[in-house]
Amino acid sequence: MVQIDYAHDRCKGCHYCIDVCPKKVISLSGELNDKGYETVKFDTSGCIACGSCYTVCPDYAITVIKKEG
Amino acid sequence: MADKIFTAPEMLRMSDPTGFCPGCGHGTAGRLQFEVLDEMGLLEDSITVYDVACDSLYMWAIDTDCVGVAHGRAIAAACGVKRTRPNNPVCAYVGDGATYSIGIQHTIWAAARNENITVIVINNGVFGMTGGQMAPTTLLGQKTITTPAGRSREMNGQPLDVVKLFTGMDIAYLARGSLDSVASINKTKKYIRKAFEKQMNGEGLSFVEILSPCPTNWGLSPQDSLKRIREVVEDVYPLGEFIERGVK
Amino acid sequence: MADNQVIMKGNEAMAEAAIRSGCRLFSGYPITPQTEILEYMAWRMPEVGGTIVQTEDELCGIYMLFGASAAGARTLSTSAGPGYSLFQEGISYLVGSDLPAVLVDVTRIGNALGDISQSQGDYELVTKGNGHGDTMVPVFTPNSVQEIVDDTVMAYDMSEKYKHPVILLYDAAIGQMMEGVTLPDMHEHDINKYDWSVKGIKKGEHGRKITNVSYFCEDMYVGYEKYLRDKYAQITENEQRWESIGVEDAEVVTIAYGISSRVCKEAVLHAREQGIKLGLIRPKMVVPFPVKAFDEIGPNCKGLMVVEMSIKGQMVNDVALASRCKYPIYGYLTSYEVPESDKVIEIAKDILAGNAKEVF
Repeated sequence: MVQIDYAHDRCKGCHYCIDVCPKKVISLSGELNDKGYETVKFDTSGCIACGSCYTVCPDYAITVIKKEG
Repeated sequence: MADKIFTAPEMLRMSDPTGFCPGCGHGTAGRLQFEVLDEMGLLEDSITVYDVACDSLYMWAIDTDCVGVAHGRAIAAACGVKRTRPNNPVCAYVGDGATYSIGIQHTIWAAARNENITVIVINNGVFGMTGGQMAPTTLLGQKTITTPAGRSREMNGQPLDVVKLFTGMDIAYLARGSLDSVASINKTKKYIRKAFEKQMNGEGLSFVEILSPCPTNWGLSPQDSLKRIREVVEDVYPLGEFIERGVK
Repeated sequence: MADNQVIMKGNEAMAEAAIRSGCRLFSGYPITPQTEILEYMAWRMPEVGGTIVQTEDELCGIYMLFGASAAGARTLSTSAGPGYSLFQEGISYLVGSDLPAVLVDVTRIGNALGDISQSQGDYELVTKGNGHGDTMVPVFTPNSVQEIVDDTVMAYDMSEKYKHPVILLYDAAIGQMMEGVTLPDMHEHDINKYDWSVKGIKKGEHGRKITNVSYFCEDMYVGYEKYLRDKYAQITENEQRWESIGVEDAEVVTIAYGISSRVCKEAVLHAREQGIKLGLIRPKMVVPFPVKAFDEIGPNCKGLMVVEMSIKGQMVNDVALASRCKYPIYGYLTSYEVPESDKVIEIAKDILAGNAKEVF
């Protein structure tokens, strides 16, 4: 099971995470955060916890946790 | 089995959001530095020296000891910190403008003296904080505010490549990474890890340049900025490890 | 202690006094007439386990010093005229970051390259010039080898007391002369003495930021204005240092520092033998300028005479302000030549006879 902790308020809307996701489970949320950046949303059901979105995120907005067992 | 977690060092996640523009590579490059220090158990001991440029915004994003000096003087100051506190990991985290123009004498002489510090240079080809003027690393033909018709060799001189500059220098380590993809970022992190390991072994200067996007001053979207690094910048500034003491 | 009594050149005594004050990082570049400090440090610093770096330029000199000071060390960088010009940016950063440091300018003659011989033409550079912004940096002006040593010891303590750089300004003649001197005992400085220095944090501690102090003041520059003004006021009040001779009954008071003050001291003695009441105010520090010294001037005073090896008379303005223009100000201004005591007396006579021209 995969859990994504996404800090909307840290996101600056670069959307690097959308481009690098191999499973295409990240998409635009259609919503703006308080700073006016368009945030993203995650479909964790298809997530394989590869960590790519974490790796490219320049704003420490994404934490990926793969729960074992 | 333990959970598998991808997360930034707590200090970064708990701080206010960084002052960097959307898509800026600084956020990732600095995170790699602090991830490595954290993984090596050195984060609390670390002392990072910044100068006056976008890099200095990290002073407010990381809760470790930091020193801030004038544009181009971070390497000189880092040498002073390290020589006073040889057991602490000391890093000059700086930009290409400062490192290869106004402060280039300190860059060359830190190498000539093989100062036992780690230098991380963000190469984004522009002076970011002052609004995108030509930097030493600006490519020939690249348009900036001060090269409106594109950089010309005749008018502006040729781009400066640190790998060529350090040819023959007996330093501990020189590598160039990039932030253009997940794979590149992972490789760059390995370079930074090696750099700090060499410093802690007392081997001397470890120097990692990182090709980094500056979407704001390039006038490109973050996505197109990464594409430009891959398709244009890496042709001029090749990636890899170029000097490693004791390794042919 | 007999071992501490030696004959030394001014510059070498400066270096030894710095070592004995606990200075363990010297970073600097050769330039006459101060190179003996670098040369002395080159063999002496390794003996005490310190760091000596002959840097690529004075900029590296002052920023390596900046880093070492930020890390808690007692530091030194020294230069002369043209090289000292390159310190300016770093001095402003030291001031803006509340960092202690000791710096030296051994003045040489001339604008541009000038020459290596003595002069006092760096007065304004050192007292007024300290980089961009609202800087004010305490400046000692020793006039003997012994005073170089004593001032060096005081400069380190003062720079830490105020968390501020402190400068020694002396002319080539003082730096190059040899005199008997009593050196201080060795003092070890603990780089962990102060919490503010960068040293790595303990778990749960917050990181230290050695940068513009203004960032941490209440309302930034609003708070910083008060902070810095108070600091400067304290320095100005606490550090009034001067020597005066015969000022109370003097008809003419000379004002001089460094080598010129030694000449004036002789002139005061000789003049009084001739029945001319000459006096001397010798600033031991020129920043803050010893304005209180001028309160001692008695009612007989007909004029002040600035004796200075400067073409334009750089200390004249400070003297005018300190004396609140209560007396006419005359000058014995040279450049290359060390003033002569006979000439000082001659000018005093001219002043009393109403034949001298004011310089302010």
